[in-house]
Amino acid sequence: MWLAKIVVTYKKGILDPEAKTIQHALVTLGYQNIEGLETGKYFEVRLKSDLKRNQAEKLIYEICDRVLSNPVIQKYSVELVEAE
Amino acid sequence: MKFGVVVFPGSNCDHDAYHVLKHVLGARVEYIWHKDTTLRLFDVIVLPGGFSYGDYLRAGAVARFAPIMPEIMHFAEKGGKVIGICNGFQILMEAGLLPGALIPNDHMRFRCQEVYLKVTNNATAFTRVYDAGQVIKMPIAHYCGQYFAEDDILKQLQDQERIAFQYCDSKGEINAAANPNGSKLNIAGILNEEKNVLGMMPHPERAAESILDSEDGLGIFKSLLGSD
Repeated sequence: MWLAKIVVTYKKGILDPEAKTIQHALVTLGYQNIEGLETGKYFEVRLKSDLKRNQAEKLIYEICDRVLSNPVIQKYSVELVEAE
Repeated sequence: MKFGVVVFPGSNCDHDAYHVLKHVLGARVEYIWHKDTTLRLFDVIVLPGGFSYGDYLRAGAVARFAPIMPEIMHFAEKGGKVIGICNGFQILMEAGLLPGALIPNDHMRFRCQEVYLKVTNNATAFTRVYDAGQVIKMPIAHYCGQYFAEDDILKQLQDQERIAFQYCDSKGEINAAANPNGSKLNIAGILNEEKNVLGMMPHPERAAESILDSEDGLGIFKSLLGSD
């Protein structure tokens, strides 16, 4: 089975108010060494093992571009691994 | 002139829009079920407010793939008039019928309040009964209403007069204090290039009877009723 680990985050320059709030809370708690913080969404997508790696990759990128991320405001990273 | 109001799972302003069109204005209106795959004959399609599919993933991101949506996209591309209100605006954006994105409000709070809007473009099928620059009042109710687009898109919207409404104060001044969610250029509603698709965050259907304090929202539906 293929396992795709996908993280979707905001692009640079897009205001991420949730991240700002969390960062502010951490600094308020005394964690003074925090320089930045981003939030995002994590997805695990399992694919049938009879797909070749390049087929699995193609499918995942298509899903990411079309559904899981909004390319206007978000970017994503993918890690594709073979799993049990 | 016949209106169709799309009903998605989680729509909650569908009945309000239907009520205003049918009972306040006496227009012909029917619901359209999200699972339909053919579109009956309509002149205007309303994508109503609410929380379609629980706003899962992103607001509007799942509704945009509903079985009826290819028909609505086709309707819009042929020049049919489509108005998306609140969640409907988010759906239009996700569907790529309007540029940009709606992201969480800059202050991270759900805002349910009345706002003033400036009618930035009154030369459209949606706004023709208003005066240019008229200040109107209607409510907003959203968490994810901060309009974002890159600078080149914003310039295009301005140059092509595609900004329909902007948040302003009671005097019509467009300033940061009157911006309820951090939207770029105080944008509350925009049009597509052909100006047959309007998306807006404020709720005209909630400001359409005197008992609701404001009837300013009626102008949008009246404009449509009077349009060709």
